[in-house]
Order: sequence, then structure tokens, then C-alpha cells
Amino acid sequence: MTTTTRPGTAKVSTRVSGRPGFYRSYSQELALFNTRPKQVGVAAVVVLGLLGPFVLEDALLRTLAIAFVFAIGALGLNIVTGLAGQVSLGHAFFLGIGAYTAAAISGDPDGRTIGFGIEEMWVWLPASGLVAAAFGVAVAPLATRLRGLYLAIVTLGLVFIGEHVFREWSDLTGGAGVGRSAATPQLFGFDFSEGTEMFSREQQLYLLMFVLMLVFALGARNLARSRVGRAFSAVRDRDMAAEMMSIDLPRTKALAFGISSFYAGCAGGLLYTVSGFFDPASFNLLLSVQFIAMVLIGGAGTVGGTIAGALFVSLLPTLTRELPNFIPMISRQVTETPNVFQVEQVLYGLLIVVFLLFEPRGLYGIWVRVRTYWKSWPFSY
Amino acid sequence: MSTFLEAVIRGLGTGSVYALLALGFVIIYKATSVISFAQPALMLSGAVVTSYLVPAMGVVLFTGFSFFFSVAVAAIITAILALVIERLAIRPMVGKAVFVVAIITLGIDIAVRVVVNGFIGLGARPIGFPWGLDRVTILGLDVQIRHLVMMGTVTLVVSALYLFFQRSRYGLAMRAAAFDQEAAMTMGVSVGGVFALSWAIAGALAAIAGSLLATGAGVDRQLWIVALVALPAIILGGLDSLEGAVVGGLLIGVAEALVGSYQRDLAPWLGDNVALVSPYILMLAVLLVRPYGIFGTPEVRRV
Repeated sequence: MTTTTRPGTAKVSTRVSGRPGFYRSYSQELALFNTRPKQVGVAAVVVLGLLGPFVLEDALLRTLAIAFVFAIGALGLNIVTGLAGQVSLGHAFFLGIGAYTAAAISGDPDGRTIGFGIEEMWVWLPASGLVAAAFGVAVAPLATRLRGLYLAIVTLGLVFIGEHVFREWSDLTGGAGVGRSAATPQLFGFDFSEGTEMFSREQQLYLLMFVLMLVFALGARNLARSRVGRAFSAVRDRDMAAEMMSIDLPRTKALAFGISSFYAGCAGGLLYTVSGFFDPASFNLLLSVQFIAMVLIGGAGTVGGTIAGALFVSLLPTLTRELPNFIPMISRQVTETPNVFQVEQVLYGLLIVVFLLFEPRGLYGIWVRVRTYWKSWPFSY
Repeated sequence: MSTFLEAVIRGLGTGSVYALLALGFVIIYKATSVISFAQPALMLSGAVVTSYLVPAMGVVLFTGFSFFFSVAVAAIITAILALVIERLAIRPMVGKAVFVVAIITLGIDIAVRVVVNGFIGLGARPIGFPWGLDRVTILGLDVQIRHLVMMGTVTLVVSALYLFFQRSRYGLAMRAAAFDQEAAMTMGVSVGGVFALSWAIAGALAAIAGSLLATGAGVDRQLWIVALVALPAIILGGLDSLEGAVVGGLLIGVAEALVGSYQRDLAPWLGDNVALVSPYILMLAVLLVRPYGIFGTPEVRRV
């Protein structure tokens, strides 16, 4: 984006103090972090996140590491659904493709399942994203012809077809109920999944996933303000109007699916490095719904909201495990009803419903309300 | 040849149940222009209610009386459940983006299904279908009685629905509201009532379908996935076409049965259980050719 400079005036880049909403140039408004509080806030979150491994317990760090990977996947869904407005229930399918690409590239060549033995992360991570993106672009021709709920159903079909292929192709996936080992998170010879003298395994994985999430989040935020990202929003708001402003609809939608699937593929590749093992039955409709829940609970179309939603949904099991301490009726045993696992699933469903009914903008909307309240305090608006 | 015909009859049997489920989706879609992803949960709860009612009845007037009576009662109970869902979660969202409402139904589906699963238990619950997996021979073909019962019941239900839509005041109101909501409202049609009625009918249809599907292996926690097969059926037929839903359901059923009987010999490399995903593959193929299904109305884009 070039700055339009009026003749006779120098390029204005300084901010007026005390007037955060006052932009003096387009580049200021389109900046990555366009307000001072945003700059400070993001810096604070980064610092807090980096301090995490030194204050939190390993079990929680492990959950958080997985949550960060989920956040990467949710950011991908946010690009196609929140930004470009194309409803996709097929996110689990792309996640699965990424997971198997990564596992196959990094896997043991002499093992039970397909493997090429390239354990370096800088090879398998982009590869898993790119393969998933290729599938996303391949699906896109359907997306350009279909709108709204037709698209939702078709992407739902993808999940079922993918689940079937993953289950049957046991050379690659290990077969249903058996599974295969996941990719090794190794970067330039350093294996993050093996604890060292300084850091435990969980601390390393936490830091790795946190940094990766920051990179992907920055990418998503940057995309939203770029030419492509603004084309996405135009398509979401009114596709016909976008078309009239000479936005190429098929190309834009294909790009949205491609980028979204790239994120999903990378998340898939990373997701199971924490547990080290995965089963083809993981990539089912529930996983897709979880991603939708993350985006909607967090706030569709926003990067910060999506990450918050992903953390919230991923930490939900940890929270529900605590419930029996307060409500003795709920059991910890799977065989008894009501048990914590049932409560957890019901909560997924109900939280989606409650948020959509009462706070359609999600956690981000709550934040906006709090912010507006304090901004205009002591006046009501 | 007899293998082929037997597969077709089997397909028509399950296909007629798919048609019933598909009708539920289409009726809700026509009234509210939303796809209700809560249908699987309604179907499951209908089947579970039937499985509890049949043994409790115990009266035998004729073979199958307690089963069919229980199905009817289950249909009413599920319709009431659907009414409650519609009133609490769907009605407040009138006028919001259809995608949002669809996702709400998805959330309801998960929540209701978990509760219903609690009543199923870990294994399969027998549904109390009097003929079980018995077979009869008709014209030299070996047919399961349950497939014939499916076809018969569904024919009956669909005819009743047809009469309801064509001949009754409420049917007329529903057609009017589907055609033009505002105009219907000015003519005194209670559009909210139409929404509620469409959910109730869809719930009842789902309950009947669920009970019929469970006649084979009983009610288990995986039964709900079958309800989603109705989605390819409605896409094939077109989202807003009742005839399309029936034809699509039957087509999907027959296609699934044919793939089930022939795939292992013709294309074994595809692996087992391809029949289960064949509806989705068929759907993708049809959509590439006709994006609005076989009977659906293409969306008119106005500038």
C-alpha cells in the first residue's frame, strides 16, 4: 500500500497524542497494529506467553501447546469463514491431510507405515500445508458454484469421504483403531519432543507452538489488511458487489480455500507431535464443529478473538474435569451418567448456541463492549 | 439378475427412510430457509423413545401393533421436543443470517444427542421390531420383511403429507409462507406458527425414520450418522423440492445398496464400507453438473 502524499506536505507518520482514533494517513489506518493500546497489548500478551513455561505446570503447558496448534487451525477456518464468508464444515479433512503428509515425510522409512525419514520440520511443515492447500484449491471449483448452505453440506461430505479414505488406506494411516506415530518436531537437529537439561519436553513444545502460533497469527492479521484480504471481506459482505468492483470471484474463493487449508494442514502436521500418536478416526465431524465453535465463540473475522476462542475451547475439558468438585452429581467415570465427558460435549453444543443467541460477535464482542464502556466512562456512550 | 433386483429392493427400503429424513430437512428449509442439523438428534431420540415404549406396551392386538403404535407415540413426543427447540433457540434468531441459525442447530444437535446417548447405554438397544431380520420370498426374490415394512410405512406417511399440504388449511398456509413470507403474513397466516409446525413435522418424520432404521441392528450411538445421508439426498433433489427429496432419497438408497453388493467384486481396492460414503461421492458428482440439484430452483441473482 503506497501512501498518497499531497504535494507540499511531507509523509505524515506521527500520531496525535490523546486521539487514538485520529489517523493522519492511510498507512496509519492500515498499519498492522494501528493503535497504541493494540501495540502495548500485543507486546504484553507475547511477554506473558513467553513467561508461561517458567510459572505453569507441565500438564497445563501440554494442554496449552495443543491449544496453540488448534489456534493455528482456527485461524485458517477464520480466513475462509470469518473473512471470506464461505461456510466450511470440512476443516477436519484438511487437517487430516496435513497430519498424514507430515507424518509420512517425517516417518520411519522401515516402519509399518509409509515414511520418508526426513525429520526436519522446515521440510515437513510447509509440505503439509502445501499439500492441504492443493486439496483446498481442488475443492474450490465447487465452492465457486455453490453458496451458503449448499457449500456447508458439500464440505460436510468431504469430511465423511476423507474419514473413509483415512480409515481404509492403512499403509499410510495405520488403519482404524491402530493409528501411526506423528511427525517429529525436529529443527536443525534439535528435537523439541525430547527434554533437555534446561527444559522439559512440555516447556520446549509450549515455546515452539507459541512462537509458531505468533507467526501464523501475524500472517493472518497481515493478510486481512492486504489487497487479497480486503477482497475476501468484499466477497463476504456482498459477492455480487465485489464482482462488480472487478474482484475475480472464482479466483478469490479458491485463494481463500487454499490459504485456509494451508493453515489447517500446518495445524494438522503439528497437532499430534505433542501426543506423538494419532488415529484416523480423529478427523471426524466433531473436530470440524470444534473449529467452528472456536471461531464463533471467539468472534468471526478477528485474529485475536479466534485465538481466544481456540484457547477457551481447548481449555474447556480442563475446566469440566474440575466440575465434580463443585457438583457431586457429575461423575468422573465414563460408565456413569452424567459424567464429565458428557458435560463437556453438551457444553460445546450449548456454548455455540448461547454465544450465537446472546453475543454473536463472541469473546471479541465482549471485549469490545468492555472497551467501549471504559472509553466513554463515566458516560454511557 | 436376482442379486441386482434384491439389492434394488433393499435400496428402495432404506431409500424410502432416507426420503422421510430428507422430507424433514426440506420442510424446515422451505419454511425457514435454514438447514436443520438437529435432525440426527431428533431421529435418535425418536428411535430411543420407541425402544422404551415397545416393551412397556405389551398389548398384542395383531403382530406389530405395539411397534407401530409406539412409533406413532414416539413421533408425537419427538415433535414436541422439536417444538421446544424451535421456540427456545430458533425463533429468537428469525431474520439473522441463515448460516448462524444452521450452526445453532448444529450445537443443539450435539447437546441433545449426548443426553439421548445416556439413555441408550454402551451397546445397542433392541427396538422390539416383531419380524427382526426375517426374510420372505416374493416372486423368487429373497427380501427382508423390514424393508417391505419401511416402504409401506413411508408410502403411507408421504401420502398423508401430500394430502396435508394439498388439502388442509394449515398445509395451504405452509405453502403460502414458503412461497412468499410477507404476502402470507398480510393474508393472516401466522408465519411463526408455520415455523413451529414445520419443525414439529420434521421431528415426527425423523422419529419415524429413526425407528424404522433401527429395526435391523437396534438403536446404538452411531445411528445418528445415517441421518446425515439425507443431506446428499436433498442436495440431489434440490433443497427446496419435496418431490426432489423423495426421489433423491430413493436414488441414494438404491445407489448405496448397489455399491454395497457389487463394489467388493468390481473394485476391491476401494476398501470396505465404500457403500457408506457412496452417497457423498454421488452428491459431489451431481453438484459438478447441476449445482442446484435435479429438481431445485436455481437461485436468481438480481443486481
